[in-house]
Amino acid sequence: MTDYKMHLLVCGGTGCKAADSDEIRNSLKYWIEQTGMEDDAQVVFTGCFGFCEKGPIVKVLPGNTFYVGVQPGDAEEIVKEHLVKGRPVQRLLYTDPVTKEEISDSKGMEFYKKQMRIALRNCGFINPENIEEYISRDGYMALGKCLTELSPQEVISEIKESGLRGRGGGGFPTGLKWEITNKSEADQKYVVCNADEGDPGAFMDRSILEGDPHSIIEAMAICGYCIGADKGLVYIRAEYPLAIERLKIALNQAREYGLLGEDILGTGFNFDISIRLGAGAFVCGEETALIHSMEGLRGEPTFKPPFPSVSGYLGKPTNVNNVETFANVPVIINKGANWFNKIGTEKSKGTKVFALAGKINNIGLIEVPMGTTLREVIYDIGGGIKDGKEFKSVQTGGPSGGCLTKDFLDTPIDYDNLIAAGSMMGSGGMIVMDEDDCMVSIAKFYLEFTLEESCGKCSPCRIGNKRLHEMLDKITKGEGEEKDIERLKMLSHVIKDTSLCGLGQSSPNPVLSTIANFEDEYLAHVNEKKCPSGQCKDLLKYEVVEDLCTGCTLCFRNCPVGAITGERRQPHYIDQSICIKCGVCYWKCKFNAIKLS
Amino acid sequence: MPKIKLADNTIKVIKDVCAEYNNSEGELINVLHKVQHKLGYLPAEVQEVIAKELKTSVAKVYGVVTFYSFFSMVPKGEFPISICMGTACYVRGAEQVLNEFKRQLKVEVGESTGDGMFSLNCLRCLGACGLSPVVMVGEKVYGRVAPTQVKQIITDYRDGCGSSDSSKTA
Repeated sequence: MTDYKMHLLVCGGTGCKAADSDEIRNSLKYWIEQTGMEDDAQVVFTGCFGFCEKGPIVKVLPGNTFYVGVQPGDAEEIVKEHLVKGRPVQRLLYTDPVTKEEISDSKGMEFYKKQMRIALRNCGFINPENIEEYISRDGYMALGKCLTELSPQEVISEIKESGLRGRGGGGFPTGLKWEITNKSEADQKYVVCNADEGDPGAFMDRSILEGDPHSIIEAMAICGYCIGADKGLVYIRAEYPLAIERLKIALNQAREYGLLGEDILGTGFNFDISIRLGAGAFVCGEETALIHSMEGLRGEPTFKPPFPSVSGYLGKPTNVNNVETFANVPVIINKGANWFNKIGTEKSKGTKVFALAGKINNIGLIEVPMGTTLREVIYDIGGGIKDGKEFKSVQTGGPSGGCLTKDFLDTPIDYDNLIAAGSMMGSGGMIVMDEDDCMVSIAKFYLEFTLEESCGKCSPCRIGNKRLHEMLDKITKGEGEEKDIERLKMLSHVIKDTSLCGLGQSSPNPVLSTIANFEDEYLAHVNEKKCPSGQCKDLLKYEVVEDLCTGCTLCFRNCPVGAITGERRQPHYIDQSICIKCGVCYWKCKFNAIKLS
Repeated sequence: MPKIKLADNTIKVIKDVCAEYNNSEGELINVLHKVQHKLGYLPAEVQEVIAKELKTSVAKVYGVVTFYSFFSMVPKGEFPISICMGTACYVRGAEQVLNEFKRQLKVEVGESTGDGMFSLNCLRCLGACGLSPVVMVGEKVYGRVAPTQVKQIITDYRDGCGSSDSSKTA
């Protein structure tokens, strides 16, 4: 990135690509050529910047000018005004929602101020399809250092001392895992990268693979050196075509540069990586299930022990780590364990990436030091709740986690605090909910997910979750009774205690945490047959507010079942016995004359 | 279900894919991915050929096909519609959007319309949460979809201009 005076970084993450960032890149290139700037300015297609809410994003270096919501038609202006005349395009700058000031430099944005990027260090800075750019940011330096200066044991000690814990959910100490696999005797060992990110609403692993695939390759090679493996496998979701493509490109480049393959850097160390595609099964995030899936079998978990570190892929010792965990490794080697373990809390070191989504102003991918509070994440970085509504709950840990209330907003986020609060870190999904979200429906939503994803091997999970779902369904239809809440709790504990794998053991968490934190909502559903948030369709009634209805007949014409009657310019009427509660009248009405009750 | 007689060149396609993976049983999932990519879906007859080539039982192949949601035993519509039901999309109203698609197309999830034009499916998180709720029609991503836009999206495809730009709605 040295030959050009200016660089235009265009976000090529899945979110921005879905909003035509490909076309933006092409238009920018076109206008750069048209204005004869091709020797001065270069367009770089990078990984995710994280600020998905404001995408597509284009950043201009030098100056760090951060353009948001860019459309292909804006390319001409950016090139002619900013590049040629040196005048940033004001209308595309980010406006701070509080101060209403335009902020040009992304470093000045609240969204970025409290972040600390270790795992995401290169996402949005480099072209992931160019190994040179990775190398220019200290890439493969850690691998070189390990192979030439450190013994496997010394590297393991460094990782252990850093305090790095698995970022995929469980939080198992990474160094310890490596040590156990190192000590297992075998003729063949394997390094596996778990990129089967199945938690709905989490996309951090995908963004790392899309934005910085070489960091994973480097870390896997370091791990291979430590445990004595010469083969690595990346198990990745088939639903992530862009990540797969970029990883393939990166693997080929690493091989060309002699950083993968035989006799790496002339040290006699051999290591290569192949890709295994997942096929859409959430349970395959569990390491034993993942290994069976790689062997071409149904992804059903098996009992531990034996742990994969002793007997894993094809019965050989296998070290499984998740993408984000690996992304931290090269930095720890380069900057030292003592640098890393000063970040974070006593038992959770370093940073954590979260996919911030839901009813929040700044949806996106963020990375913060462990110990940051939920309030800082939601209000400072996330910009608060959408449309000025009231915060109700934040869900962490995906289908295995729980919903936390505003009482927990000042809890520092780390592995142990989240578990103590009745949720968990999980892979880092963080979904914010507002006053309009019904917590019983949310619990039901997660149960639907578990139900579909349960592999069916053991009955507590296969049958128990089905029963939980039936009870929740009954409650949301207004057919529940107070005793059902006790039944839900009891059955949840049985499922947790008796399931074989992590999926079953954690699947009732959304039910238990919503009952613990929002029992009044459950009670309103069963006793008063009311949904306080107005979400449960069967407990709702769509009615016409006579004073507001102008008799425009729009609802009458759009009602799919003919439940609405009324004369032109006269208030209309909805026949509740015919109404199917589809809500079309509610969305169509221009006068807010349809109310929910 | 009546049996389909596979065409000779279809059988050859399947056999070639199996051979590419050395007819190894451990490569079953990779074989299924590739065959589905080429044929569009994996009906029972195709699974029988794969089982024979990899020298394993049809039951095992069937077990794997039905275990993973990515594999399908029924053909998809010409324009497969996928509604993202990840949590982020769900809390931003994906369920209402899904219901509207069901109502407009008169199909349930996993089904195709009678004319074979559309099929309706749910998927878990595309990772485009910034655009939630998200709907995918073929390869095209529609962001921030409101139930009121559903009819228009369908009409666009019915009128044969589906790839036209109606996705940029705030």
